[in-house]
Amino acid sequence: MRTYSGHSTPKASNALYRQNLAKGQTGLSVAFDLPTQTGYDPDHELARGEVGKVGVPIAHLGDMRDLFEGIPLDTMNTSMTINATAAWLFALYVSLAEERGVDPKKLAGTLQNDIVKEYLSRGTFIFPPAQSLRLTSDVVTYAVDHVPEWNPINICSYHLQEAGATPVQELAYALTTAICVLDTVKARMDDPSAMASVFGRISFFVNAGLRFVEETCKMRAFTELWDELGRTRYGVTDEKLRRFRYGVQVNSLELTAAQPENNIVRIALEMLAVVLSKRARARAVQLPAWNEALGLPRPWDQQLALRTQQIMAFETDLLEVDDIFDGSRVIEAKVKELRDAAWREVQAVLAGAGGVVGAVESGYIKERLVASNAARLGRIERGEQIKVGVNQFAQTEESPLTARGSDAIFTVDPRVEEEATERLAAWRAARDAGKVHASLEALKIAAKDGANVMPASIACAKAGVTTGEWAGALRAIFGEYRAPTGIGGVSSGQGGSATDAAELDAIRKSVRELGVMLGRNAKMLVGKPGLDGHSNGAEQIALKASDAGFEVVYEGIRVTPAQIVASAVEEGVHLVGLSILSGSHLELVPEILLGLRAAGLARIPVVVGGIIPDEDARRLRGAGVSRVYTPKHFALGAIMKDLVALVREANA
Amino acid sequence: MTNDVDALAQRVTAAERAAVAEALNLTEDRRPEAHARAIALLRSLHASRADLRAHRVGITGPPGVGKSTLVSSLSRTLRSRGRTVGVVAVDPSSLRSGGALLGDRARIAPDPADHGLFVRSLATAGDLGGLARSAPMALAVLASAYDVAILETVGVGQSETDVRSVTDTVVFVVQPGSGDALQFLKAGIMEVPDVLVVNKADQRELALRATSDLTSALASLRAAGALAGEVPILATSARDGTGIDALVDALASHASALAGEPLARRRRDGAIALGLRAFVKRHGEAGLEARGGEEQVRARIAARLDEGAIVPQIVDES
Repeated sequence: MRTYSGHSTPKASNALYRQNLAKGQTGLSVAFDLPTQTGYDPDHELARGEVGKVGVPIAHLGDMRDLFEGIPLDTMNTSMTINATAAWLFALYVSLAEERGVDPKKLAGTLQNDIVKEYLSRGTFIFPPAQSLRLTSDVVTYAVDHVPEWNPINICSYHLQEAGATPVQELAYALTTAICVLDTVKARMDDPSAMASVFGRISFFVNAGLRFVEETCKMRAFTELWDELGRTRYGVTDEKLRRFRYGVQVNSLELTAAQPENNIVRIALEMLAVVLSKRARARAVQLPAWNEALGLPRPWDQQLALRTQQIMAFETDLLEVDDIFDGSRVIEAKVKELRDAAWREVQAVLAGAGGVVGAVESGYIKERLVASNAARLGRIERGEQIKVGVNQFAQTEESPLTARGSDAIFTVDPRVEEEATERLAAWRAARDAGKVHASLEALKIAAKDGANVMPASIACAKAGVTTGEWAGALRAIFGEYRAPTGIGGVSSGQGGSATDAAELDAIRKSVRELGVMLGRNAKMLVGKPGLDGHSNGAEQIALKASDAGFEVVYEGIRVTPAQIVASAVEEGVHLVGLSILSGSHLELVPEILLGLRAAGLARIPVVVGGIIPDEDARRLRGAGVSRVYTPKHFALGAIMKDLVALVREANA
Repeated sequence: MTNDVDALAQRVTAAERAAVAEALNLTEDRRPEAHARAIALLRSLHASRADLRAHRVGITGPPGVGKSTLVSSLSRTLRSRGRTVGVVAVDPSSLRSGGALLGDRARIAPDPADHGLFVRSLATAGDLGGLARSAPMALAVLASAYDVAILETVGVGQSETDVRSVTDTVVFVVQPGSGDALQFLKAGIMEVPDVLVVNKADQRELALRATSDLTSALASLRAAGALAGEVPILATSARDGTGIDALVDALASHASALAGEPLARRRRDGAIALGLRAFVKRHGEAGLEARGGEEQVRARIAARLDEGAIVPQIVDES
């Protein structure tokens, strides 16, 4: 039982961890901020507005010391949500253990280290896929040899579901990712007989949605397919090593910003999927905070998440009985259906699409996820899929839980960034520059020569290298990757029913008329500023807008305010749409507005979408934003009508 | 109007980002008054011969061969050699919605602080063939502002011919293992480009085979008397940077071989056809009759081209 947490500074996060451990939490789940996840120091241009926002900033060994102050590493189970820079954070953790005289063999925990889903959904990749997978396999092989109690990779189907994957897609793409990692490790290993122990160390991070019967079946399908894969493809004979080990974070996609208290019930139901079937039960469960669509959770919100699990474990009789689904024909048939469909898709990726690397680079998987999500949103918009409190039963009493305005959610102190930058400067001043340089050069050589980068990374950690410097050295060798956006060749899945088709036709007509008025087709820029890589919203808006007849320039994730301004100028757009989910809207949006004004584009309407509290939305509108869209604006058609009206008004 | 258009032309030739953008907006604008201004602007740029200073490069080939990633590496390498670059990247519009997803910019990822690289995405907006109506005009604007003007478009057949008529050097990009270019060349669907690129050369075996297939196809064309000059075949990989320097060199040597021969004359036939289609699209068959029939219009376009105009639409002004 644990909650995903970390924020502001290593010291503040440390206090939070100690508080949670005192309340009965049995492990730590560390959330890192986006600069740490994407390999930038707090003083980098792209880090602006992001330091300490979605997690703790860790720039060097000193920060790691503060983060784990007073927490015994030899008895703690630490889970770290880190991917592109996993090798580095692992190196820092191992270095800290050695510094404290703890034998790395005693370290227990989990690294997420699943880069594939970063390309597909979460967006915190740095290097091209092949080079990234090589880093992954370096971490896996190092851990198997030197930190044997550690789970060096946690393959995440979680984020695939958040990006819109169906259960079949979730099964298929998680398994192909595992196959790809295992094949890469196998090819780089001296002793192929050690594959069984590598196989046994692979764990999964799964999502569970509200359709809990199907989700239970999905989990059973997962365990069966994994067992079979171990036996047939990797020759693992020990049954224990073939056990499907997984943790869960239940679905956030289904949580709503409208009537957020309903989410408490949704979360409990989602948890059923991963605990009911003993044969496919999760080893660790994390629950999101009920109000996460409104902002960062406070300690009180996290407590509720923990209590929900404790009630399930200690007040119900679930843990007293054997598997309650064994022998059920209904469950068996559903499991088989999912298994068969998933395995066909696994084959399609492995044989048809050039494996995971090929399917990532060509956008094959991404396009399928974007299409599934577009179909899902279309069903909600048309009312075919009911969301209580959103598209049905929306009338509501005023909530006493959220009435207090912005102080009801947790926000990060803006001075955090300044302090992190100061700490970094002090750290740089105090270290031995010669040692830093030499260790970075050694890292580059290891990267170039194909040696395992872990020993060189640990040497860097001890020499005082920073996160940005470590990633910078590898960027110089591996290059930087821009992933396909996945929105070529996908339609927004609208136009199903007659009324729906009529609405779309009406919108298209208004966009055409707008084009006549403007003299050329209406053109919009969809920008995703900052380091946040959750691109669902931006993709769906881009898709819908092009389907409505807009010419849409979408640059993909991780662009700077300056890039957005330059693109708006060069592309001659009539409207700019920004998507920000990391909570950095108050820093990034005004900067873009100023830039547009300086470039003479003050009259171009700017709209913003994201997880934006009402209070902030007011401030953004005050700064000149035309519209603010939050998760409660699920009707994309209505948004399109809005955009047409805004452009028309601005050019009247 | 003339003063204000001349002022804009001045700012375009100074490669002022906002002015180039404004000029491009104008070339896309279908309203009669704006269109007249666009034509006036192009004439103003042409009067000072500003539109002739750039090396115009067409990059074309089937979908999915990595053209925009190649344009990205090419632009970076040109910038590192001190050349300024303007890019028009054309993507198809949906016939159903009229909308378009313009994704090239995501792959090119230009540095906002660098005013020597300008990228404009353009949708075909319902025009036949892969070339947007305004693409030749946009290219003329960029050619007036930057050292190298690149037109990137999907295409084989008509649009590839159109690209040829408005550029100095045509680069046709293929990927290993597809065999497309080979078929097109053999069948005579495709005119022989000035440079052939086998992209994604990190797929070594396939790339070697594609290169040798193309080499022998060219040899048989040469034997049949259908090909006079040399056509370099280059293997590139935008992924690891292979062959990009060689491509820049090949472009430069093609440009210097052309020096002194005006583009308009070289690409005369294609440009006349393109101009005629633009004319019919704008004025219809009736317009054609009103101006004395196809032959008359053809002759007027030819005369314009022979005066040195290189944007076929200039005929619109009459």
